[in-house]
Amino acid sequence: MLSRLAESLFWIGRYVERADDTARIVDSYVHRMVEDPFNDESATCRSLYSILGIAAEVERLRVVDTLQTIVYDIESPNSIAGALNGAYENSRRSRDYISSEMWVALNTTRNELPQRAATARQLGPSTYLQYVRERTSLLAGLTDVTLSHDDGWRFLVLGRNLERIDMTARLLRGRVVSDENAPDWMAFLRASGAMEAFMRHTREINDASGVAAFLMLDRLFPRSVLYSLNLADECLVEIQPASPRISTGDVARQALARARGTLEFIDPRQLIDQLSELLEMLESTCIRVTDAVTDRYFRHEDAVAWNLEEGL
Amino acid sequence: MGVAFERDVSGAWNEMFSAPGVARPLYERLLADLNAYQPQELRQRSEQLSRTFIDRGVTFAHSGEERPFPLDLVPRILGALEWDRLSRGIAQRVRALEAFLDDVYGAGRIFDEGLMPRAVITSSPHFCRAASGVTAPNGVRITVAGIDVIRDEHGNFCVLEDNVRIPSGVSYVIENRRAMTQTFSSLFSDHRVHPVDAYPSRLFAALLAAAPRTADDPVIVVLSPGVHNAAYFEHVLLARMMGVELVEGRDLVCRSNHVYMRTTNGERAVHVIYRRVDDDWLDPLQFRPDSVIGVAGLINAARAGNVVISNGVGNGVADDKLVYTYVPEFIRFYLGEKPLLDNVETLRLEDEEARTEVLGSLADYVIKPVDGSGGKGIVIGPHATKAELRSLRKAISAAPRRYIAQRPVALSTHPTFVGDTIAPRHVDLRPFAVNDGDEVWVLPGGLTRVALGEGELIVNSSRGGGSKDTWVLNDEAVGFRGAVPPASHRPRRYPPPPRQNDEFVEPRGEQ
Repeated sequence: MLSRLAESLFWIGRYVERADDTARIVDSYVHRMVEDPFNDESATCRSLYSILGIAAEVERLRVVDTLQTIVYDIESPNSIAGALNGAYENSRRSRDYISSEMWVALNTTRNELPQRAATARQLGPSTYLQYVRERTSLLAGLTDVTLSHDDGWRFLVLGRNLERIDMTARLLRGRVVSDENAPDWMAFLRASGAMEAFMRHTREINDASGVAAFLMLDRLFPRSVLYSLNLADECLVEIQPASPRISTGDVARQALARARGTLEFIDPRQLIDQLSELLEMLESTCIRVTDAVTDRYFRHEDAVAWNLEEGL
Repeated sequence: MGVAFERDVSGAWNEMFSAPGVARPLYERLLADLNAYQPQELRQRSEQLSRTFIDRGVTFAHSGEERPFPLDLVPRILGALEWDRLSRGIAQRVRALEAFLDDVYGAGRIFDEGLMPRAVITSSPHFCRAASGVTAPNGVRITVAGIDVIRDEHGNFCVLEDNVRIPSGVSYVIENRRAMTQTFSSLFSDHRVHPVDAYPSRLFAALLAAAPRTADDPVIVVLSPGVHNAAYFEHVLLARMMGVELVEGRDLVCRSNHVYMRTTNGERAVHVIYRRVDDDWLDPLQFRPDSVIGVAGLINAARAGNVVISNGVGNGVADDKLVYTYVPEFIRFYLGEKPLLDNVETLRLEDEEARTEVLGSLADYVIKPVDGSGGKGIVIGPHATKAELRSLRKAISAAPRRYIAQRPVALSTHPTFVGDTIAPRHVDLRPFAVNDGDEVWVLPGGLTRVALGEGELIVNSSRGGGSKDTWVLNDEAVGFRGAVPPASHRPRRYPPPPRQNDEFVEPRGEQ
């Protein structure tokens, strides 16, 4: 498939997932930010900024401004609205490939955001976050049932899973960077939609290392890091043109394999102690894989082949 | 009582009424159907139509903004006989223009015969020497043509201009029909309307027929300037309905006179390029060196016969408006036929006598630049200010070759839903023709553009125009009820399938 198209699909996958995950993370903070009277407003906002990797520009942070920057601001690629806009822009460029149902879903979502934001500024962010999660779920569903599961779909799923790994790592980092201002472990489970799955898996609900292990290492839960790593690798295996008998040194798969290896063989009891380094490792893995995939599959410009010479 | 129809006072041909309150036979059934609705119901449907377009992103880009192309509720109807005549006239014109292009970039018989001065061609801004010797193996240069026609005061169709470079608008024909059948399905059950969804498969077949003979399994692409182009929506629609890749210049690369597209799996050869990029921007090596939306080396690859560019390079010379004045002669000369469609009366301003006449009473003429498109640069004398006329007079005297003058024609009007009433508005028609080398096929209907402002004569989308679903009836008779057994009486084994999303029509293998 066209390199440019593959790149757009990869980024649709990333942006839609980013919107979904950001909504989930913000949701887990909303209770603390909006409803908890004993909470340090500025510190909580700062914690949110830091896990989303956004630089906070002012000393004293207020919830209203934070929501504007992280949720409603369509200009910022890190905000929810910005991510959905990014997905929309990429879908315009790949409109001949994606299904018309996907296109309509993205187009109407983006058209409706300003209205939803206006309502949310009055009634609180929950309705907006709920809307975003519904729309991103719809998009994920349409992606899986209205696209052929060919290379284009795989690039999209690859992007989705890389983003999911990155965002789950960020979510967990909230506990690592600022313990007291971050939501508790249960809120993380709820944010990941993993509450029921976790409860069915274990009875020890207040066990921090149990939650961390579930979100990092579970083989069956589709939002766990290990699950996403495996899926991302499957996509790359199927995308690569032919499987030679001797590996040709796929940099992206190499990076994924290191991360998988580390997680596969870690002792779950030690996970919580090593969490900080592991999360850092995961974030850099995502960057490395993205770079390698871009380099290998999305290159569209060769060196400029002609010169603009005047007077000739 | 239904919605009020405003009376037509323009003196133009009214498409629906032959006299105030008297519908033409073709429209009787439609009028009865429309009269059954309250104004409010019509407004709801009108709003639903525009919402459908916004949701589906059926837009054109104007001054950097994505706007929907307003679709009017009231369809335009063309009768079967009338259409037969018109479409034959269109096809004839396309054949003549093909012959003319072949001649101009070849032997030049028309100059030898003295029917047209060679200077008309060499002075045309779209004449392109590089196009000599660059043709598809089946000789087709005009794969797609959009011939703009209008109906004059007497109800006769005449040609206003020929578009054989990159005519656009066919996507709206397809989308308009889809939107109308969804929101106003009751109208369709009373009329037998020719479907329009065969267009993409016709285009695909024509592109396939033009492919280089050396390609076993030709790869066809649609080349678009990119998302910021006004017609990007159309490029997408055509690519997906034909099941081919939509590429931009940066996706393509030329290497030793072959064209490839860059894919995740390496480079893949391309054989036919249905381009929606202007000549000027197509190949920085041949034309504008600053073009970043083109492909360096494309023209040489085409000359080597390894790739076919469609529509052909240099076609612009055939829709130069001065050349337009010669088209009836082309039809007689190249085809030995009598023109089925007339031109609008046009004066060539290089002619001393005509120029004096026009400059003397400039306010009585419509002046058009010979190479304009999209309504750009047109001055309608009777509506122009003194200052406009003054600067126009200067411009014509300085470069008479660049302009033509036409007598103002009152474009026919068609009842159009505006506000809460239905009022007459001026319309034109752009039928689309597809030439596969054996036959020129004309899409039934075409794009009816309507000037939404009262008395406004320029219908282009960039000037705030809208459009109408355009119906060609399968039969002269109207009020079809009963002519075909009602659906429920026909034998059927299964319940009717839901309406298919026809964007997924896979043209390969059909017809």
